[in-house]
Amino acid sequence: MIDDHDGPPAGVDRRGFLQLGVAGGLASLVAACGWDGGNAVRPLLLDASRVNDWVGEKILFSRHRLARQYDIRERSTMLPSYFISREMPLLQDPATWRLVVAGLVRNPLSLTLEDLRAMPRATYTVKHHCVEGWSAIATWHGVPVSAVVERCQPLPAARYIRFDSFDSGYSNGWDMASAMHPQTILAYGMNDNPLPAAHGAPLRLYSPTKLGYKMTKYLVSMTFTAERPLGYWEEQGYPWFGGV
Amino acid sequence: MTVPSNGPAKSAPRPPVPPAPAAPPVVKRHHWVVRLTHWATFLLLLGMIASGLQIYGAYARFGDRGGPSYLNPFDDLAFPKWSRLGGWLAGALNWHFTLMWPFMATGALYLCYLVASGEWRSLLFRPRDIRGAIEMQKYYLRLRKDHPPQGKHNPLQKLAYTFILLLGMLSVLTGFAIYKPTQFSWLTTLFGGFQAARYWHFWAVWIFVGFLIVHVMLVFVVDPASLRAMLSGWYRGRFPSHD
Repeated sequence: MIDDHDGPPAGVDRRGFLQLGVAGGLASLVAACGWDGGNAVRPLLLDASRVNDWVGEKILFSRHRLARQYDIRERSTMLPSYFISREMPLLQDPATWRLVVAGLVRNPLSLTLEDLRAMPRATYTVKHHCVEGWSAIATWHGVPVSAVVERCQPLPAARYIRFDSFDSGYSNGWDMASAMHPQTILAYGMNDNPLPAAHGAPLRLYSPTKLGYKMTKYLVSMTFTAERPLGYWEEQGYPWFGGV
Repeated sequence: MTVPSNGPAKSAPRPPVPPAPAAPPVVKRHHWVVRLTHWATFLLLLGMIASGLQIYGAYARFGDRGGPSYLNPFDDLAFPKWSRLGGWLAGALNWHFTLMWPFMATGALYLCYLVASGEWRSLLFRPRDIRGAIEMQKYYLRLRKDHPPQGKHNPLQKLAYTFILLLGMLSVLTGFAIYKPTQFSWLTTLFGGFQAARYWHFWAVWIFVGFLIVHVMLVFVVDPASLRAMLSGWYRGRFPSHD
């Protein structure tokens, strides 16, 4: 199959080339073995992730584009739910629970669940996307964040919202445009029932334009800020914008 | 031309050299853009695959929760540590979403070169190559004795290189479909939904890996001179002809 005349004019050269190529290839493979990049590369990756946040927020995201809605018959039979506390977070005294709306706002609020239920109501059946790669369809009921924003009247300096929970200090930071998306809601119901404890009762953030980890469960407050708030997973390296 | 019989022991007397085919001509084979994008794609693709295998481990199945899973021999499998990049899900995502930019830029640069140089004519498989591909296949199956005449690439090579270009595009498009399934919902729908797009994105990996193995094997078995050509740009081997 191999003719003589493809023999190289200088065999050493080709061998050298091959050795170099093989060594280089092996070296890069060995270097990559179960590697996370180390302290030298990790900051660069996080910088790149900020660029991707910017692209996701300013270029790919549209406040007018709505996520597809599904028929309730398409609901998934299961939707996993995570919390970070050792035990499922439960309120000691649900009657005293309030959603505190504070920070850079003209009208700070303290809302009961009844207050929220009395506000404009949104219901949709959408697909949930987890950063891990799974997806599931469920129906959510709640009040659009935009309705709360209308009531608390943020100051012009407010550019972000920090959502805090009673799940061991879990929190997330959101940009204002994502929060004002018509499908971003404070959900108090799921699949025609009150929000289950496993999914963040009494109140959680929900939006089909975000990955699951951005949708704070077990909400206690939303705080308007001028600086970009971090969050539980975001501080550990997960993309800050987390849009889908 | 004859070797003195009292030469060094290792150079045993050779038979007189026949008039012999002239040494193969040295021809310029690959533009620097081609060489650069070839090796950059190789490294970037390794990084994309390795970080992708780490990401896969976070949910090693396909199909909506509570619904049927797609057929997948790698269900619930964690790929070996040496094959993964990123350490954990967040690290792997950051690698994947960082490398995707140079990966796409490299592909775009290569496509621009193909168009601007006119090289696409000798590389892309077109309907007129079908006949030549059959002849070439016959030659490989020993149904035909002589090597069919060819230009820079034979029709089967054209088929392979066109296919791998399309596979690269499929990887990018399915990637976007699962990166932003809401913003690119039309793309996600085109691939049959989020989990289906994820599935095709994953299968593209194994086609890339299969291509890589065959590609490297053929280089060494059929035309080792082509490896050097891809490094230096100059080709000195069996198939020097050009279109």
